[in-house]
Amino acid sequence: MLARHDRNSRFRPISLALPLVAFIVITFLMPLGNMIKESFYDAEVADALPRTIRLLNDWDGVELPAEEVYRAIATEIVVLQENRTIGRIGIRVNRVVSGTRSVWGKTARRIKGIETDDMITAMVGIDERWSDLALWQGIKKAGQRYSAKNYLHAVDLTRGDDGAIVRVDEKQRVYNTLYRRTLYVATAVTLLCLVIGYPIAYAIAHTPPILSKILLLCVLVPFWTSLLARATSWLVLLQSQGVVNDLLVWFGIVPDDGRLSLIRNMTGTLIAMTQNLLPFVVLPTYAVLSSIPPTYMRAAASLGANPVQAFVRVYWPQSLPGAASGCLLVFILSIGFFITPAIVGGTDGQLISNMIDYQINRANNWGLGAAISVIVLLSVLILYVVFDRWVGVDRLKLS
Amino acid sequence: MHTDEIVQISDSGSHPHIEFEHVYKSYDNETQVVCDLNLKIEENEFLTLLGPSGSGKTTCLMLLAGFEPISSGSIKIFGQPIQDILPHKRNIGMVFQNYALFPHMSVGKNLEFPLEVRGVNKSQREEQVRRALELVQLGGFENRRPSQLSGGQQQRVAIARALVYEPSIVLMDEPLGALDRRLREEMQYEIRRLHQQLEVTMIYVTHDQQEAMVLSDRVAVFQDGLVQQIASPETLYEEPGRVFVSSFIGDNNVLFGVVKEIEDNEICHVDLDGDNRVQALAVTHHNPGDEVWLTIRPERVSIRPEKDVYTNDFLASVNDVVFMGDHLRLNVTTCGIRDFIIKIPNIVGHGGVLPGDEIRIGWAALDCRAIAREPEIVIQNKKEIQQNEEKFIS
Repeated sequence: MLARHDRNSRFRPISLALPLVAFIVITFLMPLGNMIKESFYDAEVADALPRTIRLLNDWDGVELPAEEVYRAIATEIVVLQENRTIGRIGIRVNRVVSGTRSVWGKTARRIKGIETDDMITAMVGIDERWSDLALWQGIKKAGQRYSAKNYLHAVDLTRGDDGAIVRVDEKQRVYNTLYRRTLYVATAVTLLCLVIGYPIAYAIAHTPPILSKILLLCVLVPFWTSLLARATSWLVLLQSQGVVNDLLVWFGIVPDDGRLSLIRNMTGTLIAMTQNLLPFVVLPTYAVLSSIPPTYMRAAASLGANPVQAFVRVYWPQSLPGAASGCLLVFILSIGFFITPAIVGGTDGQLISNMIDYQINRANNWGLGAAISVIVLLSVLILYVVFDRWVGVDRLKLS
Repeated sequence: MHTDEIVQISDSGSHPHIEFEHVYKSYDNETQVVCDLNLKIEENEFLTLLGPSGSGKTTCLMLLAGFEPISSGSIKIFGQPIQDILPHKRNIGMVFQNYALFPHMSVGKNLEFPLEVRGVNKSQREEQVRRALELVQLGGFENRRPSQLSGGQQQRVAIARALVYEPSIVLMDEPLGALDRRLREEMQYEIRRLHQQLEVTMIYVTHDQQEAMVLSDRVAVFQDGLVQQIASPETLYEEPGRVFVSSFIGDNNVLFGVVKEIEDNEICHVDLDGDNRVQALAVTHHNPGDEVWLTIRPERVSIRPEKDVYTNDFLASVNDVVFMGDHLRLNVTTCGIRDFIIKIPNIVGHGGVLPGDEIRIGWAALDCRAIAREPEIVIQNKKEIQQNEEKFIS
């Protein structure tokens, strides 16, 4: 009886969180799982050309495939043409071997009804490229259900003809640049937020209540404003005929014909992101600072430390959990920042998340988008673990 | 660092170690938290500032340490005014109520801190830290964290840290307030021993009169920002100059009456409410007709005295008897006064007094002190002072 009561009381609090758990499973974990699966599992070609792929799996890849393989693919192309899905297979294979997209439509239109003992000749007759080894290797590659190709692609690598992993052509290397840029922006924004946010938090924690409430409001009001509205207002403020440039010209700091370009570039991204993320450093830092008893600073002074020594040796170390958790938040959030760079970033202010958006919404390459996302997710998790070892996540104070 | 040298003031001969001269302190320019404080503290003296919370004693310490500016007056060390010296240059050791040990540093680092900011080299630092820890009987605790120590140990570390750089003045702000009774008593003797062992002037703030008794050479009793009396513990107890002092130091029965006649300028006869006449020692000067307070210590009252031993001999009815271990505490009604307290030692034959008994009680005229009724000290915003002080402490 007692034991049962004990068990019930242990589960009751958990049951209160059940709606949240369900919500997280449905809206977060399941899509996440799908996304991860998408990045390495692709059954479209394998399902469309089941017999061909099975035969190609036994093929050595050195000579052209046997008659049997041509026969299989001819049959399956006819089916695909009837289902009107031939075009999509063309796109898929084209991603592996470019310049082969038209092969599929051309073949599909003409192959129906052909009855022959020499399908090889017939198909090569329709399109010469059927005698090209690269096309067949491409089909075989595209037909693999599980592959790391998205991941290789996401870090500017590819498999050469001999299967070895090589870097892609210099002109096609885009992703590594984006990771580096994202890392750079995240680091810069984190440092800026710390340098600007720490003094603000200190001021809020150490001014009389009325003033500190006003200061806190100054931090919170922008925080409560829509991200989109803030990004747009930065456009107005920072453009070359905008308020900031006008003021600089008016004060004679910059000449009229030398107005600064502050927007639609990296500078714009940095300014806008720093402003957006500032509260994430200020709030946890303020919470920690206001909990440091003033006696510590008095004690340090009584022991002979001047104000600078007292701050560096006594105050700063105790404020670290707050400042560090703020920085961690800002860093993680900036890695995934999307709307602000999209609006104010121009071309050289775009980040990795803008690339994910491009792959998923425009290029329709979900596999690659997913692979990039997984890489970003993993780096954030690694960062979290490193941070946990270094500062200890349980020491963090988030508000 | 060399631009802000810590100031070393040395004895120039004729001056007391610390001197408060007409010191006033107000946080809001309306209420005086400290009011015309004059104190002279000799070298190597142990002075306790004793008083209820909000009486201004902690503020005095803060003024001396330099954490608060004084409103007027001056504080001198060996005759040299110090109000323009910044707190970190005063070279005064301080022990705080909640220890204020730096939680992110080990015990050793905490103790090294004052030496480090003074530019003492590493090997000498380690030696001094080792000696300071041994002094408080915590040898070998260098690598512990403050959070791994018990309250008493943390207190010892805090004391060691205030002593490690050998300041000539050490201030202690209710350092034992957070400890349980047993530990507190133990630490009292520890602090007493340290003071006897080291050549250091200590100023100690407490609201615990027993603590003040154990530790001090002299005690300054504070009330409402004023020093009511400053004297050795014995004098304070035996010869309190004011009613407040008499009831704050130990238990006391306070009676109210009117002076009828005076013998030899020493013994006065005082009428209480009703017909009871008490003989008492005139502590202050009285004239017949003056209203006076009479104070009498509970342990100076005898029960069932032999006839004609005492001039003050009355009947009392017992309301309550409480067993206190080493003594019995009787609550009686006598001379029309309720809650008159009598303490009788727990010795053989203390004589089975029970609630409801009618007993005779008596006391000597010399043990009963007649103190002139003081003009009320009017401080309007006493509550405000208290709030200020509490805010300040927290």
